[in-house]
Amino acid sequence: MIPLSWYLILAAGLFCVGLYGALARRNALAILMGIELMLNAVNLNLVAFWRYLTPNLISGQVFVLIVLAVAASEAAVGLALIISIYRRRSTIAAEDIDMMKW
Amino acid sequence: MDQILGDPFGWFNQLLRSLLEGWGLSPGFTSFVLNLLGAFVMGLGVLLLTLLLIWAERKIVARIQDRLGPNRVGPFGILQTVADLVKLVTKELIVPVGADLGPYNLAPLLAVMSVVGLWAVVPLAPRLLGADINVGVLYVVSIGAISTLSILLAGISSNNKYAILGAFRTVAQMVSYAVPLVLALIVPTLLAGSMGMVEIVEEQRSIWFLVIAPVAALIFFISSIAEVGRAPFDLLEAESELVAGFHIEYSGLRFGMFFVAEFLHAFTISALTATLFLGGWQGPGAAEYPLLGLFYFGIKTALVYFVVIWIRGSFPRIRIDQMNQLNWKLITPLALVSLMVTAVVEKLVVDMGLIRIGVHLGANLLLLAITLWALRAYARAVRRRVEDPMGSQT
Amino acid sequence: MTATQFVFLLTGAVTLGAALLVVLSPRLVHAALWLILSLAGTAVLFVLLEASFLAVVQVAIYIDAIAILIIIVIMLTRRVMIRGEAQITRNWWLGAISALIFLGGLLVLLNMMPITAIDTPPTIADTNQLLEDLGRSLVDVDRFILPFEVASILLLAALIGSIMIAWPLSTRAEGEGDQ
Repeated sequence: MIPLSWYLILAAGLFCVGLYGALARRNALAILMGIELMLNAVNLNLVAFWRYLTPNLISGQVFVLIVLAVAASEAAVGLALIISIYRRRSTIAAEDIDMMKW
Repeated sequence: MDQILGDPFGWFNQLLRSLLEGWGLSPGFTSFVLNLLGAFVMGLGVLLLTLLLIWAERKIVARIQDRLGPNRVGPFGILQTVADLVKLVTKELIVPVGADLGPYNLAPLLAVMSVVGLWAVVPLAPRLLGADINVGVLYVVSIGAISTLSILLAGISSNNKYAILGAFRTVAQMVSYAVPLVLALIVPTLLAGSMGMVEIVEEQRSIWFLVIAPVAALIFFISSIAEVGRAPFDLLEAESELVAGFHIEYSGLRFGMFFVAEFLHAFTISALTATLFLGGWQGPGAAEYPLLGLFYFGIKTALVYFVVIWIRGSFPRIRIDQMNQLNWKLITPLALVSLMVTAVVEKLVVDMGLIRIGVHLGANLLLLAITLWALRAYARAVRRRVEDPMGSQT
Repeated sequence: MTATQFVFLLTGAVTLGAALLVVLSPRLVHAALWLILSLAGTAVLFVLLEASFLAVVQVAIYIDAIAILIIIVIMLTRRVMIRGEAQITRNWWLGAISALIFLGGLLVLLNMMPITAIDTPPTIADTNQLLEDLGRSLVDVDRFILPFEVASILLLAALIGSIMIAWPLSTRAEGEGDQ
C-alpha cells in the first residue's frame, strides 16, 4: 500500500533539510543538530530498503544499529569539543573558530 | 458462567465488539475503537488510582513517624487527596517573567505521559494488557527516560537559577542510575529468553526470578527508586537545599501534574518489579481464572509499594556526591558482575529443576557476601582514616 | 486511502515539518525540542516499517541520551548567542540552493530506479525469530561480530575522549599551554 518511493522521498527530504541546517547555521550546536537529522534520514533509508527488499535477512537492521552507535559516539565527542571550545574561546559561532592556536 | 470466569476479559471484549458491530461499524474500525477505549480506560484508571496511592503513602509515612496522618476529610482521611486536588485546581497559575512558554507548558505533560505510557506493557492478568510487544523491556527503559527529559525542560524553561541547578542535579542522577537499571533489566530477559513482558511473566510459572537472581532484583529496585527520585534519593526536591528544585516556578495544576507523575511513577516501578521479579500475575489458580491473576498482581504490587514507602520513611537523604559514588563504585560494577554470573551459571547448568535454582541462588548469595565484605573493609579503612588523620598523611 | 497510508502521511508531515523548524528556529532550545519531535516521528516510521526493536532503540538512544545531552550543552554555552545576533550565516542562500539541487538530484535518481516502485512489502516470516536472529548475528563469528566489536571500541574511545576533552581547565596538567 505504501510504495517504497514514499519512504525514500521522505528520507531524501529529511537529509536535505539537515544539509541546509549544517551549511547555513552559525552556532556549532545547530550544525550538530543538522548532522543528526542527516544521520536520521540515512537510518530511515536503510530500514525502508531492508523492509522492502530483504525483510528476512537481518543485515539491514545490523547496519542501522552500527550507524546508531556511531552517531551516538560522534554526538558525544562533538558536544565535548563544543564545551571545550566554549571554555577557551567563549564563542561557539563556527565562523569565529578559525585559528588553531593564537 | 464458566466461560465468563475462565476468560472474563475475552468475554467482555466479545460483548463490546458484537455491540459495536451491531451498530453497523466495520470490524477494523471496531478494533480501533475498542483499542482506543481500552487505552482511555487504562490511563484514566491509573490516574484515578493515584488519589488512593497518595493517601496510602501519607498514612503509612505518618505511622512510621509516630503520628496519625490525614484523618479529617472523609473516613480515615481518604478524601484528603480529593481536597488537595481541588485546592491545586483552584490555585492561580503563575507563570514567571521570561519563562520559555513552550517547554514550560510541555514539561508537566511529558512527565505524566511517560509514566502513564509505561502501563501499556505491564501484563495485569493472563490476557489483559495494553500492547503485547516483543521488546517490552526496552520500551520500559526508553519511555521511562522521557521523564528525565521533562524534568530538564522544566528546569531550563523556568528562568530561575535554582530550577536550573535542580534540573541538572536531577538529570545527572537519573542518567547515572539508568545504567545499572538497564543492566539489571537484562537479567530477567536472559532468564526468560525474550524481552516481551508476557513471556517474562510466563517463564516465572515455576519459580520467581527473585529467587534465581536476588542481586539483580535488588539493583533494579534501588536504581528505579533513584530514577523516580524518591527518598532516600530525593535530593531533587530537597526542600532544605534547593527550595523545591526543578518545579519551583510551577503552581496550581501544573505542579499537580508533576506531583501525580512522581507518585504514580513510584507505583509503576513497584508494578514493574512485581512483574519482572515477583512473577506478575502468577499464583495458584491464576492461569485458569484470570481475575485471580489480577488479584495476585495487585497484592504483589501493593507489597512492593509498601516497601518503597517504608524505605522513604526510614532513610535519611543522600548527598549528591554520595549518590554518585554509590552508583559508579558499587551498584554499576555489582550489576555488571551479577549479569555475568547469571549468564555463566545459566549456560553451565542447563537442566531444569532444583539444581539450577540452587546454583543460581548460591552464586548470588556468594556475590552478596563478597560485596558486603568489601564494603566492610572499605568502611573500616575510611573509619581508620577519619580517626587517625595525622597518621595517614605521609 | 487506507489507514496505514494516512498514518504514514501524517507522521511524515510531522517529521519533515519538525526538521524544517529545527533548522529555522532562532532559539536553540526550541530547535532541540523540534529535533526531539523529528526523532520521535522517525521512531513511529520505524514502527510502521515493522522494525520495532529499532524504533525503541531509536527512542532510547537518540531522544533519551543524545537530545538530553544537546539540551544540557545548550544550557552550558548559553551566554554567547543571544537573540539579537544572527543565527544564519551570511551566505545561507548558497546552502539552500545546494540543498535543493541535492534534493532534486536524489529525486531524479529515485525516479530512474524501477525498484523503488514496489508497492507492497514482502511478508516477514516471524518477527520473534528475526529479533533473535538479530542478537545472534551480532556475536556470530561468521557474520557481524567484527563491526559489533569495532563499534564497542569506538564507543569506549568516544567515552574516554569526551571525558578528557571536556575536563575543566583548572585541573589540567601543567604541560597545557593556553589559559
